[in-house]
Amino acid sequence: MSIRVNDLIKTFGTQNAVDTLSFEVKDGEIVGFLGPNGAGKSTTMKVITCFLPPTSGVVEVNGHDVVKNPEQVKKILGYLPEHNPLYLDMFVREYLNFIGKVHGMQGSRLKTRINEIVSLCGLTKEQNKKVEALSKGYRQRVGLAQALIHDPKVLILDEPTTGLDPNQIIEIRNLIKSLARNKTVLFSSHIMQEVQALCDRVIVINDGKLVASDTIKTLSADENKRAIIRAEFSNQPDKHELLKIEGVKRVDDLGDGVYRLEVDAHIDARPSIFKFAAEKNAMLLGLRQEEASMETVFQELTKPDKD
Amino acid sequence: MIQVFTKELNSFLNSLIAYIVISVFLAGIGLLMWVFPDTSVMEYGYADMETLFRLGPYVFMFLIPAITMRMFAEEKKAGTMELLLTKPLTDWQIIFGKYLSGWSLVVFAVLPTVIYYWSIRQLGDPAGNIDTAAVIGSYLGLILLGGVFTSIGVLSSLLTANQIVSFIIAVFLCFIFYSGFSSLAALNNWGRGALLFEQFGILYHYNALSKGLIDTRDVLYFASVITLMLLVTKLILGSRKW
Repeated sequence: MSIRVNDLIKTFGTQNAVDTLSFEVKDGEIVGFLGPNGAGKSTTMKVITCFLPPTSGVVEVNGHDVVKNPEQVKKILGYLPEHNPLYLDMFVREYLNFIGKVHGMQGSRLKTRINEIVSLCGLTKEQNKKVEALSKGYRQRVGLAQALIHDPKVLILDEPTTGLDPNQIIEIRNLIKSLARNKTVLFSSHIMQEVQALCDRVIVINDGKLVASDTIKTLSADENKRAIIRAEFSNQPDKHELLKIEGVKRVDDLGDGVYRLEVDAHIDARPSIFKFAAEKNAMLLGLRQEEASMETVFQELTKPDKD
Repeated sequence: MIQVFTKELNSFLNSLIAYIVISVFLAGIGLLMWVFPDTSVMEYGYADMETLFRLGPYVFMFLIPAITMRMFAEEKKAGTMELLLTKPLTDWQIIFGKYLSGWSLVVFAVLPTVIYYWSIRQLGDPAGNIDTAAVIGSYLGLILLGGVFTSIGVLSSLLTANQIVSFIIAVFLCFIFYSGFSSLAALNNWGRGALLFEQFGILYHYNALSKGLIDTRDVLYFASVITLMLLVTKLILGSRKW
């Protein structure tokens, strides 16, 4: 078990940032860590990386306890913190050299490793520049290079793609994918496609509590029992009339004659809706079935009113 | 520790701070020693280096907080503190690395003034008429004093993420430790405790060393203040784990 979090509680003042959270990440697994802002993702990661101590509970990385044995944990961890803090006045190679030395690497071994990581992270052209002269995407690469310099067994990446443009996001994502072989990766993200593209499994937390820990397939399958149809009528039919259509479970009036209908997934409700419109002498201006995506899964799991 | 030390020293050298500190110190002290008539050795007429050792601490009082103020404050503000603390470094390695880099910059600034000793030695009548023992004691005192000011500066830098606040706290603490205790001891209400009170301050021990008599008690005093400051620094840095 690479990462084991057991009944973790972290309080700030009177507020529970993380509330009895337990999960495990197996060797070699890539796990996405999801949750709305303020759910406790970063706090959990800070505890795993020994930056913050847990209020209670046990956190282990490769069997080393983060409280009793932080030095061991720090050695096998690569960590990219949120907002990617860097020493802006350092040169890229100088910075990687510093981090490598901190990890006890020296001489030609360190030099070869820096060359290797620079080309892996696509920094060859930028390697002799100052960090402050780099664009955000390249800074993110430097952050990743820094986390990977000592070839860590476990990688913790806190929102590695926030603030990047779509091309950079894809580049960083591919980079993570190619670098993550034989490593255990826990990374947090808001971007669902990213999680879908990268992860074997997702852990979803909300308000510091675990709400789901499963493969994306299983999670979407649950969600697929219901389908969402968006229908637009020329006039505004009554909500209760719409509920009478076969298979319709719930109706949300989105205004301007647009309705969001939740229907049983095994019934195709679209012909019935079309008929309904014809009967009511209304024109059907739009009818679209939405796929259950990670987004809807995410929204369902982290609804504030969900018990 | 050595990695943090090198990193800090490089950042001094790359950001011009080192050159500015050293040249401002040397220009200021040089003007005071050789040019300004009120304090110049030439006008004074005695072959000693009192000007350097009497005014040096006041120059340090501003220069050292200026070099130490960014040490932790900047890391806190830039978020690199998180980076540093999640690397396999102990708190002591980080503190010592930063502290020693600051202190060595101070030593580098003081070293060139040895040429003043040589000059005054030549200017003496007869040449060589200078109290070498007192000069050696004073240099030791000045460097130890630099060590105390640096430890105060490192501590102040950890107290806040704002460099200016850190600078002001450090200047104030340096002042209190340097001459504040002696001045307070001069108040009339201490009775026999006055001497003890004065001994808490740097000035008492600094003056003792500058007489050329290197007493282990004085050296021990400087060592204990440095240790105390660094211990408090360690305590505050470790307080994140409480």
